[in-house]
Amino acid sequence: MVAGDASQEPLIVLDKVNKFFGDLHVLRDVDLSVGRGEVVVVIGPSGSGKSTLCRAINRLETISSGQITFDGKALPAEGRALARLRSDVGMVFQSFNLFAHKTILENVTLGPIKVRKDKPEEARKRGMTLLERVGIANQAGKYPAQLSGGQQQRAAIARALAMQPKAMLFDEPTSALDPEMVGEVLDVMTSLARDGMTMVVVTHEMGFARHAANRVVFMADGQLVEQAEPGEFFANPRSDRAKDFLSKILTH
Amino acid sequence: MPVFSDPTNFDAYVSGFLWILKLTGASALLALVLGVLLAGMRVSPVPVLRWFGAAWVNIFRNTPLTLIIFFCYFGLYATLSITLSDDLILNNFWLGVVGLSVYTAAFVCEALRSGINTVPAGQAEAARAIGLTFSQTLRIVVLPQAGRAVIAPLGSVLIALCKNTTIVGTIGLLEASNVMKQLINDNGDQVILIFLVFAGTFAAVLIPVGYFFGWLANRLAVKR
Repeated sequence: MVAGDASQEPLIVLDKVNKFFGDLHVLRDVDLSVGRGEVVVVIGPSGSGKSTLCRAINRLETISSGQITFDGKALPAEGRALARLRSDVGMVFQSFNLFAHKTILENVTLGPIKVRKDKPEEARKRGMTLLERVGIANQAGKYPAQLSGGQQQRAAIARALAMQPKAMLFDEPTSALDPEMVGEVLDVMTSLARDGMTMVVVTHEMGFARHAANRVVFMADGQLVEQAEPGEFFANPRSDRAKDFLSKILTH
Repeated sequence: MPVFSDPTNFDAYVSGFLWILKLTGASALLALVLGVLLAGMRVSPVPVLRWFGAAWVNIFRNTPLTLIIFFCYFGLYATLSITLSDDLILNNFWLGVVGLSVYTAAFVCEALRSGINTVPAGQAEAARAIGLTFSQTLRIVVLPQAGRAVIAPLGSVLIALCKNTTIVGTIGLLEASNVMKQLINDNGDQVILIFLVFAGTFAAVLIPVGYFFGWLANRLAVKR
């Protein structure tokens, strides 16, 4: 059930990607391709390299060997070309990372104005539309510290969407949230997925993986152990590592 | 206050403190600009710039200011014939400003750098993730927050700078401490009074400056 047109080349391709932190081999020969409009959820135990994988896709993390291709082009190493690539890849972090000295609306319009050189007036108009979409238009004039975690994360999603990205990366977007706020963030993500956004989501939310993902990727010890449709993966995990992992998280 | 009731002495007192104000103003401005640039260099990804920033801080922060001011006069001016103004007094003034600025910039740089450390690294990552370049990230996201975090320490740097300007007296500018020396020489019977008036004037200006920066720091603090 891979979404998108199969005849098209995939949007994101990782080819034999390796990454070392000193002696620690955090990504081992990772091959992964994500099609246009596809929602891939990456799960696995802590320290399995999920976040590193996600961060490598927009080169917040450099890789030691292998190649990553985005939209048909190899990731630029640095400079303006890299900045341009990043502007096409939205990223949402575990700790929100909103700019603390700017209002919510300014957070959302900063990229469009400074990177895309949009007119401030237009950027604000589109910013408000996005804030409405994530349900926090009434918070536009506040500063990040005045918002709840769930509201901040929705603002962060709006900030990423404001760049009109070709893909969105989510690095454990709900892990820093109080339980009652997880739902509101997942709702926004689910609606994005439904609208056809290409998404790579690192998460521990198995419910989201089940109902929103086109494909579940299971990682352990830096390796991509197995991948399958969510229904198939949760019902019949093939690898022992995945069985073990699922037995630990699904019994509670 | 018999010394200061003499109009010549009073005028000397006023003009001495006017020089202090001018030296402080010009040097503060230059040191702020230089300090921001140096701080940017010290956190930049370019090794040569990082090295340059570190070298500047290590050299000027660890050299006595008196030596720096002397070098500006005897080195830049007397030996290398670098003239900053045709007017002899103004030339000394600007030589002093150069010395004070390069020295104070090292402290501004280090204050800002400690401010940069208060900005969560994730915000710089988020800035890069939406496609801002390194210099945009620094200018728009990191430095504004770093600056607000170190307003109080920068106030201390400004106060130190203001007092340090008296060293420019050693290369002949008739600033406050130089005027005081002259008045003491001419009025040996009123040394304590002269001293108290000059010290009191510094305190009367600088104590409010300190409180102002404390107030400003609270007002502009970034809520986290």
